[in-house]
Amino acid sequence: MKLSAKHYVGAAVLLFGAFAPLIINPYELSLLGRFLALSILAMGIMLIWGEGGILSLGQGVFFGLGGYALALHLKLEGLDIANGDMPDFMTWSGVSALPYFWYPFANPWFSLACVVLIPGAVAAAFSWLVFRRRIGGVYFALITQALALAFSTLLISQQAYTGGFNGLTDYSTFDGFDITSTGAAQVIYWITFAFVVAAYFTLRWLLSTRWGIMLRATRDGENRVRFLGHNPLPYKVGAFTIAGILAGIGGALFTLHAGVVSPALVGVVPSIEMVVWVALGGRNVLWGAIAGTLLVNFAKDQISSALPSLWLYGLGALFIFAVSFLPAGIAGLFKPGSPEERVYRRILNRRKLETAE
Amino acid sequence: MNAIPAPILMMENVTVDFDGFKAVNDVSLSLSPGELRILIGPNGAGKSTICDTIIGRVRATSGRITFKDHNITNLAEQEIVRLGICRKFQTPGVLPTLTVMQNLLVAARKNRAWWRALTTSVPADELASAEEILEKIGLTDRREIIAADLAHGEKQWLEIGMVVATDADLLLLDEPTAGMGPQDTQRTADLILSLLGRHAVLVIDHDMSFVEALNGYTTVLHQGQVLKEGTVAEVRADAQVAAVYLGRAKE
Repeated sequence: MKLSAKHYVGAAVLLFGAFAPLIINPYELSLLGRFLALSILAMGIMLIWGEGGILSLGQGVFFGLGGYALALHLKLEGLDIANGDMPDFMTWSGVSALPYFWYPFANPWFSLACVVLIPGAVAAAFSWLVFRRRIGGVYFALITQALALAFSTLLISQQAYTGGFNGLTDYSTFDGFDITSTGAAQVIYWITFAFVVAAYFTLRWLLSTRWGIMLRATRDGENRVRFLGHNPLPYKVGAFTIAGILAGIGGALFTLHAGVVSPALVGVVPSIEMVVWVALGGRNVLWGAIAGTLLVNFAKDQISSALPSLWLYGLGALFIFAVSFLPAGIAGLFKPGSPEERVYRRILNRRKLETAE
Repeated sequence: MNAIPAPILMMENVTVDFDGFKAVNDVSLSLSPGELRILIGPNGAGKSTICDTIIGRVRATSGRITFKDHNITNLAEQEIVRLGICRKFQTPGVLPTLTVMQNLLVAARKNRAWWRALTTSVPADELASAEEILEKIGLTDRREIIAADLAHGEKQWLEIGMVVATDADLLLLDEPTAGMGPQDTQRTADLILSLLGRHAVLVIDHDMSFVEALNGYTTVLHQGQVLKEGTVAEVRADAQVAAVYLGRAKE
C-alpha cells in the first residue's frame, strides 16, 4: 500500500490522541476526554443518519441509558447495601430501602455489561417495532424525539430512584480504584481514546462490507431493495442497535469524565445538538462525525462561558448553514462531489425550484 | 406433437376493488415460461394495478394468482420475489449513490440473509453474472459511475439489468421506455427480446412504436377488463381497440 498525505495526517492525529495526556493540561484533557466520549455517539449518528438515512432525534436516550447504567454502580461503591446503606439522595428523598432494581448494579461487571446491553436491547426492540410497521423519515424522527422527552421526564419525576433533576453525581471509586485523581483522569482518557479508535475502525470495516452497501441501498431506495427480494429490516435495526450501543458507551465514558449524569444531558435539546455535530462535521464520513463533535463542543465551551445566551442562536445558525451550504459537512470540503453530497445538493436544488414555481 | 408447456403464471378471474372502484375487473391471463407478453391500454386501464397485484403490493379482492404451482395471491412481497418474480417500476428505481456495479451486485445476491453480507468479498458466480448483465445493458464502461449520474435511458437499462440480475423467472417491466427517445426505445426493445427464453417477460407500455418493435402477444386492457388479446397486428386491426385506444394515440 502506498502511503499518501492522508495516512500521515491520520498517523499524526492518532499520535497526538495517544500522547495528549502528556501534552495538554489536565483541564483541557478533561474536556477532550468528554468530547471524545461524545464523538463515539456521533459516529453512531453518522452510521444511522448518513449511511442509513434514519434521522434520530433521540440518541440522548441511549447515551443516558449507558451513563445511568454505570452511574448506578458508581453511586453504590463503598456503600454497605447489605446493612441498609443507600445513596445520599435517597435518604434525603425519604426512601426507606434501596429499590430492587438498584441491587444488581452493586456488581461492577454487571453494570459494565449493562452499559452495552441496555442501550443495545432498547435500541433493537424500539427500532424493530417501529421499522417493522414501515414507519420512517420524519415520523420516525418525531417518535424518537418524543422518546427523548419521555425519558428525561421520567428521570426527573422519579427523584427518589434516579436522583431527579440533579441526576447522579459525586462518585469516588470504581471497583475500589480512585477515579478522581489526575492519574485516573489520564487512564479514563486513554480508555476513551481506545474506544474511539476501536469504534472508528469497526465502523469503517462494517461500511466497507456488503452489509454497508445494503444499508446504503436501503437508504437510497427501501422499496427497490424490498422488491429485489431483500428484507431491509435487519439492516435498519442493526444499524440503529449499533448506534444505540455506541451512544451507551459514549454515555458511560462521559459520565466518568464529567462525574455526573443528569436528565439535562439526555433530553430533547441535547439529542438535537448531537445531530448538529454530525451535520456540521459530515454525516457520511467517520472522521467528520468526530471532528464535528470536537469542534462544536470546544466552541460551545468557549462561547457559552463568554456569552451564555448566545450559544443556542449560534448553534441554530450553524445547523442552518451546514444543511443549506455544506450538506456534506466539513468533511465534504475535503472530498468534494461525493455521491451523497451530490444527491443532497440535488435535493436542495429541487426544493429551490419547487418554491420558485 | 409438442405439449403446451405448463404456464408459469396464471391469473384467474382476478378482481381488485378499491372501495367500489374496480381497477381490475375479472381479468384472466396466463404466461408460459420464457414467453413475452405485452399489456397495453389507456391510462387508468389497470395495467399497473395488475403488476401490483402479481407482486403483492395490492391484494386481489377475488380471484387467484398462481406462479410455478404456488398460490401467491396472498403471499408477502419478499416471498413472491424469492419465488422468482421481479418488477421494474415505472419511475427508474435505481439506487442513486451506489455505482452501476454495486447496484447490480445488490440485485445479484443469491443468499439474501443479512449476516451473509458481513464480508467484503463477492462470490465469483454473482460477479460473473453481474459482468454479463453489464455487457447486455451496454453499461460496461459506466460500471464505476454512480447511478445518479446516468442518463435517463441508462437508468432504465440499469434497472432492467437489476431485475434480470435477480435471475427471476418472470420479469415485470412497467413502462421501461417512459421518457425515452426513439433510438433508446429500439435499444430497449432489443434488450428485452434478448432476455426471452431464459425469463418470461410481462411488459406494460402504451408507446405503440415500442410495442411494435417487441412484436409479441398482446393483451389490451380497458377499464380494468381484457378488451382483446392477440398479436400486435391483430390488435392493431381491431376496430374496438382502435376506438378506445389506438385511434387516440395515432391522431
